[in-house]
Amino acid sequence: MSVLILLILASLVVAVGFLVAFIWSVKSGQYEDDYTPSVRMLFDDKKSNQSKSEESTK
Amino acid sequence: MQVEKFSYDNNIVRMFGNATILWGSIGMLVGLLVAFQFIFPSLNFGIEYTSFGRVRPLHTNAVIFAFVGNGIFAGVYYSLQRLLKTRMYSDLLSKINFWGWQLIIVSAVITLPMGFTTSKEYAELEWPIDIAIAVIWVVFGWNLFATIIKRRERHLYVAIWFYIATFVTVAVLHIVNSFELPISFMKSYSWYAGVQDALVQWWYGHNAVAFFLTTPYLGLMYYFVPKAANRPVFSYRLSIIHFWALIFLYIWAGPHHLLYTALPDWAQSLGVVFSIMLIAPSWGGMINGLLTLRGAWDKVRDSAVLKFMVVAITAYGMATFEGPMLSLKNVSAIAHYTDWIVAHVHVGALGWNGFLTFGMLYFLWPRLFNTKLYSMKLANFHFWIGTLGILFYAIPLYWAGFTQSQMWNDFTNEGFLKYPNFLETVTNIIPMYTYRAVGGLLYYIGVLVMIFNLVKTAKTGTFTANEEAEAAPLKVLPPKYRDEHWHRWFERKPTMLLIGSLVVILIGGIVEMVPTFLVKSNVPTISSVKPYTPLELHGRDVYISEGCNNCHSQMIRPFRSETERYGEYSKAGEFVYDHPFLWGSKRTGPDLAREGSIKLRKPNSWHFKHLYDPRSVSPGSIMPAYPWLLFKDYDTTTTAAKIEAMITLGVPYDEDYPQKANEDVVAQANEIVADMKEVLEEDGFEVSPDKEIVALIAYLQRLGVDIEKGTMSSNDTNK
Repeated sequence: MSVLILLILASLVVAVGFLVAFIWSVKSGQYEDDYTPSVRMLFDDKKSNQSKSEESTK
Repeated sequence: MQVEKFSYDNNIVRMFGNATILWGSIGMLVGLLVAFQFIFPSLNFGIEYTSFGRVRPLHTNAVIFAFVGNGIFAGVYYSLQRLLKTRMYSDLLSKINFWGWQLIIVSAVITLPMGFTTSKEYAELEWPIDIAIAVIWVVFGWNLFATIIKRRERHLYVAIWFYIATFVTVAVLHIVNSFELPISFMKSYSWYAGVQDALVQWWYGHNAVAFFLTTPYLGLMYYFVPKAANRPVFSYRLSIIHFWALIFLYIWAGPHHLLYTALPDWAQSLGVVFSIMLIAPSWGGMINGLLTLRGAWDKVRDSAVLKFMVVAITAYGMATFEGPMLSLKNVSAIAHYTDWIVAHVHVGALGWNGFLTFGMLYFLWPRLFNTKLYSMKLANFHFWIGTLGILFYAIPLYWAGFTQSQMWNDFTNEGFLKYPNFLETVTNIIPMYTYRAVGGLLYYIGVLVMIFNLVKTAKTGTFTANEEAEAAPLKVLPPKYRDEHWHRWFERKPTMLLIGSLVVILIGGIVEMVPTFLVKSNVPTISSVKPYTPLELHGRDVYISEGCNNCHSQMIRPFRSETERYGEYSKAGEFVYDHPFLWGSKRTGPDLAREGSIKLRKPNSWHFKHLYDPRSVSPGSIMPAYPWLLFKDYDTTTTAAKIEAMITLGVPYDEDYPQKANEDVVAQANEIVADMKEVLEEDGFEVSPDKEIVALIAYLQRLGVDIEKGTMSSNDTNK
């Protein structure tokens, strides 16, 4: 069953990769705000929203 | 702050959307054909290219990689640009991604019916196509990451995390599972053998479901459901936890596909534990999706998009509850090898993937074409007939699966199998197969109605290939995030600290276990198990090419009902020369692991007639007829290459055997023909030793033979 080592290593590489990504995301403040992103994605920069988005970027 | 003007690439979204529709309608039509072949076995019209064993992989590949695959790309290319406020990194990469993927699908549509297959489920495509998939997938990843780098929105919305996980994990899975040794342009042998091959395959197979059918679609759910409802997701925090928990758990659950097989017990149990844990993130995600509609359920009444999405999320919830339940060993004992599993995957496929795709298409089309949906009535009709189709599909198959399983296990009061003839357990559930086919038909009618509706919508509107947009460029981060030690952040957030440490413990525990895996003795070798003869090897390749493993397992579980029916349960050591393994996952027909044993052995002439016309010797059978095996020659020019490949993979043939192997092929073929000639000539058959049917018979008669020699010799030594 030596293939288990390969599978576990492959899975671990993936898992460790995700762990690094997780640490990065936390470190870089991705989750500092856990509400606004859910609302922000609702606004598209179509013509109707343009005035709003300009307001917010002033 | 300067606002930058740019445009979104809608053209690529439309291309992938059209491809989803096209391949979806083809893949499901093939599925319908397959479903009707259960009731009318002659529906392959007597030709090899449409026989069940070849068309079933075509169906699964088409709906997974062509329908859902293009659906993923359409949704990702649409949402990624908008979430990151930027155009895709490169239009050229997008186009290569699109045309490369379509080329792969076309090559699958050509090669699978021709019988070029590796036999590994959902990874049937042969090695040149495997390489093409890897290349195109990398192109997709390149485009994905480069777009993320040039984004105008610092925060990566949760959907993007799901897309990233999809790309990374599918790449690793595909590469590890596709280690194969080519012997010719379209034929290769899996690098792994027997139990090990099975474990790799189901590690892949399970994660293909996880990271191709689930994570990308969860990303799409987190984008399109809030968009369609115009409500933020119920809890963004929950969505983050959902993501990280799901990806850390999913990858370890594969062994639950191999419960009660020859896989070591501890590996089975590990798979079960992780599978059970998966309920938590899965249901967290489902609840998060459904509760997004809190206070807005009235919108579901008016929106076909939301109707589809609500049923999709509900189906996701049902399938991810059922999955862990099926992973329990005692439930698996009932459900494995039966139609229950087929029902389970179709709740996921038709409900979750299908309905979310339809919802997404109904959402996208009016937006891409700047118009209203052509007909709400037709969309609602599609929804209801589709939902009805799912019910008509799933419920009869649950019934069929449970019934058949009970019949397999039923004993008389005297202790004999109540239904010793496997065929009885098949004919009994054929009415259920009929309902299933009707369910599939209803679902398909819905799809056709959708196509009409979308085409009409496109015609009434005008398409904008490049949608104008504007956004401010990224600001440089305040020093707080650049200098502070990341762990400070953890310490300030106790919940995150807890989760973080759990993850670390999980990984630490697994690292600790690795040394115990290094003990090699996990596959006991059985001295009487010998490599296949070259003719049997040819026969095995015919078995693979015809896709026999789609309906016949070769893995007897250690239950009395199975050992009574098929003989001694399967041992890991019996499969050490099996490149690839052929355990199968479904018993539409009986298990064949001991087909050549004293208990089950049938005359060569029986096999010949049975393959030529199954119903001539076994009335009521739903196995397709294989008349072409009588006329097609097996290719003796490849014998040496096959044996050499096996030697490379560690199968103990003599070094000079590849050159001599064809002598043995001729001798064994002549022996088989001589044995059955007389009987067959009476029935007007002509038999020639160089035909595929002879090789296949040689292989079938070998199954389960070796281990009997072993018991005989050990008995001898006991005396």
